[in-house]
Parts: sequence; C-alpha cells; structure tokens
Amino acid sequence: MTTMLRAAGSAARLGPQPGEVIDRAHRFTFRWNGAETAAYAGDTIISALAAAGERVFSRSFKYHRPRGLLTASFIDPGCLVQVGKEPNVRGAHRRVEAGMAVRAQNVWPSLRYDVMALNQAMTRMLPPGFYYKTFMAPRALWPAYQMVLRRFAPGGVVTNTRTDAYFDKRYAHPDVLIAGGGPAGMAAAVAAADEGAKVLLVEEEYELGGHLRWGTEADLATLRELRDAVAANERVEIMTNSTVAARYDGNWVAVAQRNLRHVDERLIKARAKVLVVAPGLIERPYVFAGNDKPGVMLSTAVRRLINLYAVKPGDRAVVFTANEAGDAAIADLERAGVQIARVVDARRGGNLVRARGRGGVQEVHLADGARVEADLLVTAVGWTAPTTLLTMAGGHPVYNHRAARFFPSEPPEDVLATGGIVGDGTLDQLLAHARAVGAEAARRASIRARNLRAGNPTAPSVDQRSPDSSSSSIPDLPIDDSPALFRSATHGIVDYSEDVSSKDIFSAVREGYDSIELAKRYTTATMGPAQGKLEMVNAIAVHAEAAGRSIAETGSTTWRPPYAPVTLGALAGRAFEPVSVSPMQPWHERHDARALIAGHWIRPDHYGDAAAEVRNVRRNVGIIDVTPLGKFDLRGPDVPRLLNHLYVNKWSKLAIGSVRYGVMCAPDGVVLDDGVTGRLGEDRYVMTTTSSGPETVWRWIEEALQTEHPEWRVHVIPVTAAYASMNVAGPNSRELMCRVVADVDLDPEAFPYMRVRNGRIAGVDGCFMWRIGFTGELSYELHVPAAYGLHVWETLLDVGRDLHIGPFGIEAQRIMRLEKGHFIVGQDTDALTGAFAAGLAPLVKLDKEDFIGKPELIWQEGHEDILHLVALQPVDSSVVPPEGSQIIEGRRRIVGRITSSRMSPTLGRSICLGFVAPHLKEPGAIVTVRLPDGGHVPATVMEHHAHFDPEGVRLRG
Amino acid sequence: MILIPCIHCGPRNASEFAYLGELGRQPDPNTTTPPEWRRYLYTKANTAGWTVERWVHRAGCGRFFTVERNTLDNKIRTARPPDAQIRLIQQAGRADPKADA
Repeated sequence: MTTMLRAAGSAARLGPQPGEVIDRAHRFTFRWNGAETAAYAGDTIISALAAAGERVFSRSFKYHRPRGLLTASFIDPGCLVQVGKEPNVRGAHRRVEAGMAVRAQNVWPSLRYDVMALNQAMTRMLPPGFYYKTFMAPRALWPAYQMVLRRFAPGGVVTNTRTDAYFDKRYAHPDVLIAGGGPAGMAAAVAAADEGAKVLLVEEEYELGGHLRWGTEADLATLRELRDAVAANERVEIMTNSTVAARYDGNWVAVAQRNLRHVDERLIKARAKVLVVAPGLIERPYVFAGNDKPGVMLSTAVRRLINLYAVKPGDRAVVFTANEAGDAAIADLERAGVQIARVVDARRGGNLVRARGRGGVQEVHLADGARVEADLLVTAVGWTAPTTLLTMAGGHPVYNHRAARFFPSEPPEDVLATGGIVGDGTLDQLLAHARAVGAEAARRASIRARNLRAGNPTAPSVDQRSPDSSSSSIPDLPIDDSPALFRSATHGIVDYSEDVSSKDIFSAVREGYDSIELAKRYTTATMGPAQGKLEMVNAIAVHAEAAGRSIAETGSTTWRPPYAPVTLGALAGRAFEPVSVSPMQPWHERHDARALIAGHWIRPDHYGDAAAEVRNVRRNVGIIDVTPLGKFDLRGPDVPRLLNHLYVNKWSKLAIGSVRYGVMCAPDGVVLDDGVTGRLGEDRYVMTTTSSGPETVWRWIEEALQTEHPEWRVHVIPVTAAYASMNVAGPNSRELMCRVVADVDLDPEAFPYMRVRNGRIAGVDGCFMWRIGFTGELSYELHVPAAYGLHVWETLLDVGRDLHIGPFGIEAQRIMRLEKGHFIVGQDTDALTGAFAAGLAPLVKLDKEDFIGKPELIWQEGHEDILHLVALQPVDSSVVPPEGSQIIEGRRRIVGRITSSRMSPTLGRSICLGFVAPHLKEPGAIVTVRLPDGGHVPATVMEHHAHFDPEGVRLRG
Repeated sequence: MILIPCIHCGPRNASEFAYLGELGRQPDPNTTTPPEWRRYLYTKANTAGWTVERWVHRAGCGRFFTVERNTLDNKIRTARPPDAQIRLIQQAGRADPKADA
C-alpha cells in the first residue's frame, strides 16, 4: 500500500468559488484503493478524487473499458464504488467522510491493469444476446458456464456479514408531496404551504437548489431567497438526499430517505393527496466514437465540478455546444483557467466525429476534418425530461421534435408537473408557473381531504364549508427550439451502465427487434442502474434511425418503478410484524424452553428432551401451554345453527356441559380446520380452533353471519388471547386437578370425557376446563383468564411436585398425537385433502340441511380413487422416514407419501401417518417408502390410525 | 396502493382488506350439479372494466361489503353492505341493528 498523500489543495483544486459547497476549514483524508487521499467536507467521493487528479473510477460492465466522470451527479454511471462493505455506492453523489475506505468495483486485479479489458478486443464477438446465444447448450455445462460468467459479473462485493446497517420505515400523509427541490419545487412548496397545505419536499441531492447552485450571481441570490422561504415555512418538511422512487394508485408514493444520521435508508410510504412532479431536466449525452472515454463530460458535469466543488475538470478542452448550458460551461471553464482549444457550435453546423486516446481523451476529431489535442471534451446537446413519475401515474410522454425531447401528457387530477419537465423560459417564468402549480396543488388537496372525510360514514363531522372551487390558472411555459442531436456519424455508447453501443441497437434492429420494447430487453439498453434517465432517449433515437422511423413513431418504453435504485435493505426494512406470546412465556424462558415460531406465536418446542417429556406424561403428569389455540366466545339462541353451518357434523343436540369435536371444510370440500366446541350455558358456547386457524375461522364465522344469515342472533368475540390455556395430561392429572380446582366434582362419573365445567382454579374465578386432549392420556384442558395464566401454571407445577409433574412442549405433544394417530390440519392434510380422504366419513353428516362444503362432500362420498390417510409402521423399527418421503410402486410410480413421522418413545419404534392409494389402504399391506437418499424401506399399513391405545382406554379413565 | 371505501370506516389502504373475489351467485347446494358448483367456485369472468367484488376489512372493523371497481383504472364507484343484509332490511322494513351499529 502506498503512503503517498494526494492533497486536497493540489492537482485540480481551484480557489474559492461563490457557490462552492466544500468547507475548506474542514480537511481530512480517506482511502482510495488503499491510497490516502485528501478531501474537504462537502466533497463527494468523486469530486475529492478528481481534485486529487484521478480520472478513472471504474471499468465498464461488459468490455471493462476505463470510465471516468460523465454527469458528476447521482446517476453518473462510471462512478459506482465500493465503500467498506457497502457495494454500488453512487460515488459522484455520496459525500466523502474521514477515513472512508473506497475501492473501485468491477476490476481485477486492479483498476489500472484490468485483465477483463481484453473483452474490448473482443467487442466484435460480444454482440447483444451473446451470453444467451452462446451459453445455451449443452445443458449439462450450465454449472461450468455459471462459474465462468460469475467472474464477469459486474457490481460491488456483497457481504452477508454486515451488521452495522440499519433500515426502517415510516408512513406519511402529506397534503402535497413535491418530487424535486430545484427552483420550481421550492417555489411550489412555499406556494402550497401558504395556502395551508402540509408539504413534503423531497430532493435527491444533499441540498435544495437544482441548477441555481451552479448559476450566476443572480441565480445564487434567488437560491438564497427560496431556501430561506422554504426553511421559514413550518408547514414544509424538507427531505434532502432522498428520492421519490415510485408513484402507485391513489398517490401512494414511495420515498427512499437517506439523510438520517443513524438510518442507512428509510422507506417512506406516503399517501399524498396531490403529487407535484418537479425533477427538472437531465442532460443527455451525445453518441459518437469514444464518447465514454474518461475526459468526456456533460456541460452540467463541468459546471458542478467547478462551481460546487472548485475542481478544474481538465487542462485543455473542446466544447461541443448546442445550447445556453454549453455556452455557460465555456464561461465557467475559462474562469477556471481551462484552455478552450475549440468551441464546436452545433447551431452553426459543427459536429464531432470521435474522441481518441489511451485511458482518456487525448485528441478530438471534428466533422470539419480538424484534429484537436485536448484532455477534456464537453458536450451540451440537449435534455431528457424524466417523466418517470408521471408515466407511473398513467401519462404517456409525447415527443416534441422542435424541442427534441419528450413532454408529459395530461396527468390525472391528483398529479401536477412543474419546472423544466414542462417547458423552458426565464427563471421568473419558471417560478411563476411553479407558484401557480403549488397553489393549485393545495386547492386540490383540500378538495380531496374533504371528499375523503365525506367518504367516511362514521367520521364525527364533516366540514361543511365548500372549498374554493375556482381552479387557479396555471400559465404556459414557452418551449425552446433545440437541434435534434443524438448520434454523430460514428457509433458510440448509448447505455453506459450496460455497455450497449449504437452499433448493438442497429444490429438488434437488423435481427428483427423492430419494436423499441423488444430491442430494449434484447440489448438491455436502459435497464442498468441509471434506469433510463441518461440513455432512454438516445436509445429510442438510435433505434428510430436504424429502423428508418421517426422518434414519435418509435415511442417511448415504459418507465417503471423505481425512479432510482433503492437498497434491498430499505425495502426489507423493519418488519411491522406483531409477535404473540402467552402469559407463561417468562416461565418458559427461565426454564430454557427452545422456541418454536408458529405464525405470529412464539411457543416452547421442548425443554431439552422431548422424548423424556413424552415418557413423563405417559407415566406421571405433564402440562403444556396451549394458549395459541384459537378461541371464540359464541352467544345467542342461534349458535347451534351457526355451528351446523360451519362444521360437517351435527350440533343441534349438544347438551349444556358437553363438548364435541368438529371439522370444518371449505366450499370445495377440503378440510379447513378442526377443534372442539363446548356448551358452557344455555346460550353460551366456546369454540376452539387450531393454533394457526383463528384468523381464518373468524372470517368464516363473520362471513356466515354478515353475508348469508344476518338474521341469526349470534354474537361472536375472539378470545384467543383473553384466556391462557394449558393442558394437564397423564395418569396423575386427576389427582393434580383435585388439589387446585374448587366447585367442580372431578369424579369420573360426574365429570367424564368430553365434558366441560366452569369453575375456580388455584383461586382464580371465571375459568373453564374440559376433558379432552391430544395426547391420548387422561387430560384436562384449562382456560383461565390470561392475567392469571402464569399464576395457575406455577401453582400446578408447585402442588404437583410429588406427582412428578413436568412441562412438555409442542414436540412432545406432536409425538403423542402421532402415537394416537390424530392428524394435524395442514401437516397431514393439504389443500387437496377432502374430508373423506382424511378418514372423517363417520363425522360427515350429509343429511344435514346445509353446511359449507356439502355439495362437494356428497360427490366425494363413495369415490374410491382418492388417496387415504393411514397409519404406517416401517418394518425396520429404527428407521424414521423423513416427512414428505414418497411411497412408490415399481421403480418410480408414486402411490402416496409420508405426512408425519417420529420415533415413538412409548413404543420404542418408528411410527408414521401417510397417504396411500386405495389399493394399499387395507391393514397389513406392505408399501415401499423411498427415502430422500434414494434408499427404500418397507412399511406396514396399520389397522387403526392410533399406534398406541387404539381403544382409548387411557383417556376415558 | 388503492384505497378501498369501507362501509364503516371510510377509505383505507387496500392492505387492510382481504379481497374475496367477484361477487358470484351461489347455486342451491341441494340441487346443484358438479359442473355448476365448480363453475361458481373457480370460474371467474375477470372482466377488464367494471366488476362487482367482495371485500372484508380484515385489519379494521371486520365488515364484509360489496364494491364496484373498474379493473382498468382502479376507480371505485359504489360500496354497499352484503345483499343478504340489504334484503333483510327491506323485508323487515326497518334498519337492521347490524347494518348501522
């Protein structure tokens, strides 16, 4: 590593400039490819490097050509760099910081000696579609191709070890959101705020001001006035270094905000009542041979370098100008001491042919035959209107051949445009237009606000004052003539990010890609990080030229979100996902429960040894936290009708104090959910669902009550989290219950299996308990008011110590339910499993008047050509076939699958549930299970789903 | 993201709602045939233009309602309670407690 220090004041740094943004009092160093480099606060990475005399910042995407400064702005395609662990940083935008470690991307082994630059010599062999065409066949070589191509892949280094990044999200509801903080955006913001609107003003660069920042003394004075006016207005929120990335239906606007201290990027989801699009104009490059050589710059790039960063862009310049911006650049260059070797004025017929030089511009060939020595070639040929946000709002850009650029068509009511995108004219004309647009935006926003309030039937009151209905008139902006300069007589780069030349587009047209949309996809022109803003119009113009059509006939390609790339971090951001835990979670955490994430619930999977938990339940007594079970409190005289409608079985005669197991099917006859429902009183029922089912079941209940039977008198309250639920299971459970339950006779005659009782548990009133369980043991499911859950849980463990009570988790319960052959909806059934296939025939009551899924179940009944759920035991009792293993016949015919499998601690052997074809469902049939490793194991079809205690003696005890 | 005009809460983000598909006419479950029932379950018109569809304010008040939406530009022109509620109100000649709660 070199220790040579390149000073900020040396090489190309100029004396103080009136509009400079660098702070000369604050000087520091950073590293560029390992070399210490000096910078001032306010410098961008690239301006500091340019000041230090650097010219080359990257190698291009395909041909690895050296690339330098082109636009000196956010979209500069040759200035993507790696900063520490952050890849693809916009070096011509990002402010440099002390100690920053910046490296060139896409180079190997180094920026100066890049091996891949050999691709340049192969240009003729890398036509568009080269990779698609070459690396197609044979398919067997794809992995090898992939390894080679990965070497060529552009971009920075992505690391998965980055822990220093933080991204988040925010919702905003501005009345008026203004995209673009140039003179028009600022004037519109103040005008809208003065009319009472809440304004969000978003600017891509670090400061407001747009082109005024590199303008005349008068421009700078106007800039100061506008900035003061914006800052003084408390209704305007200013967001710099932020991009309006997209506009969706209903003015749902995505903003990527980067100006926060401790947040890398924040995604703002804004619902703007009115969107004002004021992005200004983007200078368009000119297509000619050598137009991507370091030293070829746009006029705005040299004006930024000189005026904002006090950097001299070169020593000897050729300027190709077609407009006032180019003329102003000449004045800036002269002031900066750059020798003007030649001015080529397109308005007087001048033109360029090519730029030549090794590693950068050395000589410029002109159309008049002259060859001029120069290290800087400045072009000013015209502008691109970034209509991206307007086309996202449904507009179609219209080409104006006099101005040689596209203009927005009429946008929808809630979107307005102002600034250079709309027209030209003097600064005063521009500001007048922007003020009128700002005021109109505020007026439309107030109408929208009123309509939104009026659209809310339950809002307290609606402001009856009618808003000003007189639309304020927005003046027209003049449109200046501009020569149509897109390509010279030679071929050059059209898309700098993707390394697509005009020659490539010509060859695509020759190959038949005569639609711009197809040619874009084929050549990938406009598909790079600049998102078309730099190259779109040139691509269209070159395509039109090659196809012999006009630009208007060729049309524009679709501009899609995002306007500028957004980091994946911002999109992922902070997830607003709630997490649910039971009241017993603190106990679980203290006792080393391994967490299981089940939907939004976090619950104990096991407490160290699931098999030991199973043995303890079978031998003594265990308790499990089943709070996530979905629970609904149903009240009213028509509850039985609702239950009959939802479940496939009958509910009319459920006695008070009884519970019943039920299964719900969807209208297509597929098993949707299961659970028990108990009748706690005359008109009071409690329904339980699976832990993953309450949201779905609640919607089904509400749908039935709201859309099909609004006449039913039923009131439903979801009470899942209102009760802490726990299941006490095992031979000792009755003894344990006797110690904590008051007011309930626990004698098996008085409180038998499938009954429910209200009572007091561990001193807590308002509990109910039912005698059911998933484990097959004598068990009680307790539902206690959530606030007392932890108390009851701890009391049970305390008073049951001599009964050898222990907690058990989901894994133990899953083993025990598999031992008992109980299926789990979603585990053993899928989106195609009908009730009959799941073995629920005895439950389905087709003689009921109507219930959800009935027609399909009628047709399912008696159909034998479906897979059947059966219990299976591998012949080799030590083999546990993984869940999802196929059951096959012959070499490859699939005739079923394993849906659940475990090693049973109770039976000391492997046990399974699975689906088999009808001819294999009889007990004793031997099927072949194919393991993922290719091995085969035979398994026996069992008589009962239950591997253990099929008669259910234990649970009825 | 479009705004859905909930009949109870007013216009809210579509992400608060669940889309329940086009409004279909359920055949009589007791007399329907498999082709007719499955057409009702699975075959949708998928119109490019005005459609009548059902939504539920899943993350809000929980109301089911029917919306007329233009699939070409996402404009919404009406939002009304489910037909069964409207019928009930008409039959009873009085406001249903559920409809104006």
